[in-house]
Amino acid sequence: MIPRYQVIRRILSRIPKEDVLITTTGMISREVFDIYDRPNNFYMLGSMGLLSSFGLGLAITFPDKRIWILEGDGSALMSLGTLPLIASESPKNIVHFVLDNEAYESTGGQPSISSKVSLEQIAISSGYPNVTKVTTLESLEIAISEIHDSVGPILCLAKCGIEPVEGISRVTISPEDIRDRFRLALNNT
Amino acid sequence: MNAEFFWNVFKDRSINLFSGVPDSTFGEAYNQMILDPDIRYIPAVREDVALGIASSAFFDGYIGGVIMQNSGIGNIVNTLSSFSMMYHIPVLLIIGWRGYGGPPNDAPEHWIMGSKTTDILELLEIPYAIVEQNGLENSLDGLLKNIQHRMCPGALLVRPDIVQ
Repeated sequence: MIPRYQVIRRILSRIPKEDVLITTTGMISREVFDIYDRPNNFYMLGSMGLLSSFGLGLAITFPDKRIWILEGDGSALMSLGTLPLIASESPKNIVHFVLDNEAYESTGGQPSISSKVSLEQIAISSGYPNVTKVTTLESLEIAISEIHDSVGPILCLAKCGIEPVEGISRVTISPEDIRDRFRLALNNT
Repeated sequence: MNAEFFWNVFKDRSINLFSGVPDSTFGEAYNQMILDPDIRYIPAVREDVALGIASSAFFDGYIGGVIMQNSGIGNIVNTLSSFSMMYHIPVLLIIGWRGYGGPPNDAPEHWIMGSKTTDILELLEIPYAIVEQNGLENSLDGLLKNIQHRMCPGALLVRPDIVQ
């Protein structure tokens, strides 16, 4: 198992500067904000489960931008119906990461059902043309390298461990500022 | 009113991105909208999903539309409060008003939400307009002005037999 913080670190170190990143509520947004804040990050501070729908809308509205969706297993499970919806619309510019630590870590590490359910198989059955599962940092690096030459929607399931990192602050930018700078970034080519 | 006229009113105001869950209130007009080459429609699996999709239009300088029936308000409250209203992202909800007028109209599952629809919108401070046979343009323009000023979602309530 890879510590989730390390997964986020690797993704952020490799994401192209112009690519758009949207992140789910809770620790994932806080960790992304802590590691690499940038205007084309959208931190979804509430609305658990909504992230992938918003990502689908952005991918359709901005077909020339690559949209990276970063959510957890709890969030993916909450809006499971969005997986076949994304696959059926099939925007080529979606990179969908599910950081699967089999737990609701942001609320204290309560177990989720993803230890018993294969989100990878669900993504395949949903019709994602490109599904990978990574369990080591090395396979994560390979998966990220392949994203650049792959046609989406891509789903990468990263199995992570629960290793809370102390001292991660909340996102300190106001919701309206997150919105405004994101909107500006999307419209700057 | 005529379905073509109904959708043209939205298209004339650059509202072209729609997502939603079908409702029989819109009848054949729903099918026309899906087939309209000037409308991009994404068939959502839930109303909150539709809201997430349609909200992307705001980032491109437009207003997106969510088409739904009022029972879907129950699925959308958290998304309205912790996304649309928190970030102040305007979006237009076009809501079929099932259960309007209470029993014996419509089916039992619509009676309670039918009678509470405007109460819930008012509680959430979401501006709304009720579509009549005439005057859709004025109602919509007023609503759009309001939601763009307040930067919040707004709702158009459509009763049965208004759109054919």
